[in-house]
Amino acid sequence: MGFWTGLGFTLLISAFLILPVLVSVLPGITANQFEGLSSGLTTRWLREVWANYGGTVLLSLQIALSTLVITLLVGVPAAYVLARHAGVTARLVEEALVMPVAVPGIATALGLILAYGAVGDLRASWLFILVGHVVFCLPFMVRAVLAVLLSMDLKGLEEAARACGASWPQRFLGVILPNIAGGMLAGSLMVVTLSLGEFNMTLLLHTPFTRTLPVGLADAYTALRTEMASAYTLIFFVLIVPLLSAMQWAAGRADRVGAVR
Amino acid sequence: MSVAIKLRGCGKTWPGGTVALHPLDLDIAAGETLVLLGPSGCGKTTLLRLIAGLELPDAGGQVLFDGEDVTRLPIERRNVGMVFQSYALFPNMDVAGNIGYGLRVRGIPRAEVARRVDEMLEMTRLTEFARRRVDALSGGQRQRVALARAIAPRPRVLLLDEPLSALDARLREELRQEIDALLRSLGITAIYVTHDQAEAMALSDRICAMERGRIAQIGTGRDLYHRPANDFVAGFVGDTNRLGEELVRPEQLALHPSAEGEWTVQRATFLGPFVRVKLRDAAGRELMVDMPDLATPAPGARVEVRRRGPA
Repeated sequence: MGFWTGLGFTLLISAFLILPVLVSVLPGITANQFEGLSSGLTTRWLREVWANYGGTVLLSLQIALSTLVITLLVGVPAAYVLARHAGVTARLVEEALVMPVAVPGIATALGLILAYGAVGDLRASWLFILVGHVVFCLPFMVRAVLAVLLSMDLKGLEEAARACGASWPQRFLGVILPNIAGGMLAGSLMVVTLSLGEFNMTLLLHTPFTRTLPVGLADAYTALRTEMASAYTLIFFVLIVPLLSAMQWAAGRADRVGAVR
Repeated sequence: MSVAIKLRGCGKTWPGGTVALHPLDLDIAAGETLVLLGPSGCGKTTLLRLIAGLELPDAGGQVLFDGEDVTRLPIERRNVGMVFQSYALFPNMDVAGNIGYGLRVRGIPRAEVARRVDEMLEMTRLTEFARRRVDALSGGQRQRVALARAIAPRPRVLLLDEPLSALDARLREELRQEIDALLRSLGITAIYVTHDQAEAMALSDRICAMERGRIAQIGTGRDLYHRPANDFVAGFVGDTNRLGEELVRPEQLALHPSAEGEWTVQRATFLGPFVRVKLRDAAGRELMVDMPDLATPAPGARVEVRRRGPA
């Protein structure tokens, strides 16, 4: 296959994939979606979405950042412990951590509701969604950090730091954390992206007062307000595309660093 | 600054029941360089790690630094310096950062750290690499950073675990001399693990030859070479011939061409500084003789063998 044929084929596939994205965004900035672009561009739908669903955007960001903080605080130490222990128990814990990714979100959500739905006011609080997101996102943080920990000479570096006289906090903060920063960054971007887009589980966990962006988006689509749903999708893209790009960049960087070692 | 080290009844059994080290006693004088020599799996690294404080001896074992019992003191509080086989340099710090690490964690003031790091950089000829990333260094440079990092905090004991095994032969020789000069000038008690007998001979005040978790012999290089305690030591520090009950090194013998000689030349192998000649007699006994590459006899020639006089 010649170069130009190849290029043409690639562009065709790309267009096939990108077209739905454009189609879903375009009505959101068009004055009259039935007349098309000739009716002119408008920010009216964006403003209306913000008025009606602004709260869901803020709640989604709040949940995503909270999920990030918790997965960092729990996931990094967990990965460290898993990396230090080679035994069967450690591998079982690692497997158990990944379970929520394999189990359908709806099943996890039902489990959470059955187990904790009646505990105080938890069911009505945004914290209930947070719990679900942490359960779902934690394995991604652990995996990203664990991969870096396993690729470096953890035991050797720790022993060298100890031989230099470093106490545990000194060597954890001064030697281990700086060397796993790449993994933490990759894991963080992954966690924020997944949390912002999580729908399956959140659909069951949310209440009318704790709607996240994807849940609100589904609501807008089912209400058959295409222009609103469209503008809403655009807002989602604005949030998620920079995160996805950053993720690609971080992964590329990690690969280069890995290649040097 | 340097201390005398005493081990009393130090053994090490792994959780699975494998005995890495049978209980042993060992005395190392202050300022002495002791080399632990042996094949892999002989327990030399385990013994070093016991002295370092990276492993605890089995119950009853004691490690004493100048009479002070440090058995339960972890490595970070023993004030020892250690050079690892893999170097284990910190990739997140540059050369100067690595060398100064042991000083910084001890809370030494910045100016003092900088002064001491400069001194170390100069001593190890790394001054121009101070701000270089450690993964941009050659093997020999990394080795010198590891050494400088270990001695910067002025430890009481310096422990070296096969520090040259990752380098090629030429560089190994060069760095061996540097390490030797450094240990002499510091006058520090040093314990050096290696499986290379030439390295052991060149660096040591005394060599502790180890075999399957036990000390086979302790003595100077000359003691081990000329008066080996057993066949294992004799074989490990060089090639030997057995003449009756006696062990004779190949270079202690000389050949003389003679039609009535009882030995026949099997093969002569040129090895650079000397030629190794393999002989056999009518009874099938074999003998190795090392000789200069001057009048090397051809295979099949008959020769006599005599002891060389004492050199």
